[in-house]
Amino acid sequence: MFAIAVVCASCGGSSHTSTTANTVTTTGSNVQAIAVNSGPAGNYANGLFTSVTVCVPSSSTCQTIDGVLVDTGSYGLRLLSSAGGGTLTLSLPQQQDGSGGTTGECAAFVSGYTWGPVASADINISGESASNIPVQVIDPTFSAIPTACEDGGVPENDTLQTLGANGILGIGPYVQDCGGACEESGAENPGLYYACSSSSCQVTTQALTQQVENPVAMFASDNNGVVIELPSVSGSASSLNGSLVFGIGTESNNALGGAAVFPLDSNGEFDTTYKGQSYAAFVDSGSNAIFFLDEALTGLPVCSDNAGFYCPASQTNESATTTSGSTSSSVNFSIASADELFSARANFVFSTLGGPNPGTFDWGLPFFFGRNVYTAIESRSTPAGTGPFWAY
Amino acid sequence: MSFFLLVIGVLKTSTSNKYLRSWSLLSASILLGLLPAFATLGEAVSSVQADQAHIQATQNITQKSAYSIHELKSASGMAVREYVSPGGKVFAVAWHGPFMPDLKQLLGSHFQEYRQALQGQDQRARRGPILVQLPDLVVQLGGHMRDFAGRAYLPDQLPSGVSAEEIR
Repeated sequence: MFAIAVVCASCGGSSHTSTTANTVTTTGSNVQAIAVNSGPAGNYANGLFTSVTVCVPSSSTCQTIDGVLVDTGSYGLRLLSSAGGGTLTLSLPQQQDGSGGTTGECAAFVSGYTWGPVASADINISGESASNIPVQVIDPTFSAIPTACEDGGVPENDTLQTLGANGILGIGPYVQDCGGACEESGAENPGLYYACSSSSCQVTTQALTQQVENPVAMFASDNNGVVIELPSVSGSASSLNGSLVFGIGTESNNALGGAAVFPLDSNGEFDTTYKGQSYAAFVDSGSNAIFFLDEALTGLPVCSDNAGFYCPASQTNESATTTSGSTSSSVNFSIASADELFSARANFVFSTLGGPNPGTFDWGLPFFFGRNVYTAIESRSTPAGTGPFWAY
Repeated sequence: MSFFLLVIGVLKTSTSNKYLRSWSLLSASILLGLLPAFATLGEAVSSVQADQAHIQATQNITQKSAYSIHELKSASGMAVREYVSPGGKVFAVAWHGPFMPDLKQLLGSHFQEYRQALQGQDQRARRGPILVQLPDLVVQLGGHMRDFAGRAYLPDQLPSGVSAEEIR
């Protein structure tokens, strides 16, 4: 895998192209092992997994959960209960809503929603820990799923088969999974949090500190962001090992070095230019392909067997430029037929997996192969300025 | 369709204050008791008012040569654009905001068709945008937590000369 150097003499800002292989850090108390593999359900394509230890707050009653998806496109830890086919059996104290009920959440992801109570836990990952923070326990048997949750139109992902993971570790650029809107009442409330009795739930307001929150932001140290480090992949592989490094510029092993810094706009996006046109874009380790534009703009046909992926007749080389402010960086990538990639049953790591996403670039997991990708959290300072930003 | 005509009359006579306009529409709908439970994609333009009431939005209308765009902005920050043909039918909707919209409301009678097509797909393989492409219905959902976007349209009801690229 190599990148073609691009000279940008008249850009005015900085232009970056990486030509050397990235180095994956493996030692340090802020380093957590991560791996791309088939996951606990045995069928995940481009799923990035790790393990997380959760404890009843202020106790030594703990359980380590493996097969947890590492997701920079969401915020907060969610663990699949044994009722949903997950491995979580530890009984975490449920958050009380102030009127005798418990707090439930309908958390929306673009590929599905998770439902279940909000609970409190101490979280330990590598040498880092967060104390008594709100997490979601994914549990399809928790009260009745509100109609509004199903009316969002995305599938329910409350079982091992539908989630494909024992949980989701949301470590993206924001602190809470909702933000200020969930503190509002009436029409301004988007309806993520519910006050639940044993039989039914009603939308409720939820203070910021009670919302499910990014565990990294709650660490005692190294709490301004993360670095995901995965080696490059030529074509496909059965598995891939890498590191999740906590903190940005806080230790000797997480300096930004020469990485280009891309601040996020108010939508949490930056720009990507493809064939002379600029589009909204984002970086997301929880998206399992590079999802971009459509058949007409890319010339890549959509698969017949695997809906939602591209299936070119032969592998095609693509190029795009990511931009934020005066910083830009060219990205070269390749797309191969998903139908053919998936026919190799022993492979679960696909560097050339792509799919449509009209009007937008979603730089999913293949983008992370061969790059150290920094995700800085909102309002947290780093040596390269205040988050939120991506850097690579 | 006296209700329909009344609403159009309100739209045409009140263009200066969008809050006043939206309240006029809302009160007209409520007074006549004609808020349909769900309607929009493929429905008459009056269904836009149902959506507006449902998400408690303000409304802006932009007239294009081949269609009009009714843009609703909800109190929770969701922007919804509904594309209306010269014949008064909603042939497309697009949205962008920090939360998922009520897709059942926006897709109306097409929601079940969408759900069934989605259930027929291998959801385990794809962890990203949703794409349902049927001969008579296209639904696309993208984004991630705190930033969602998408669109839905009826390919066989696009006004002539209008491409899907314009719906965004």
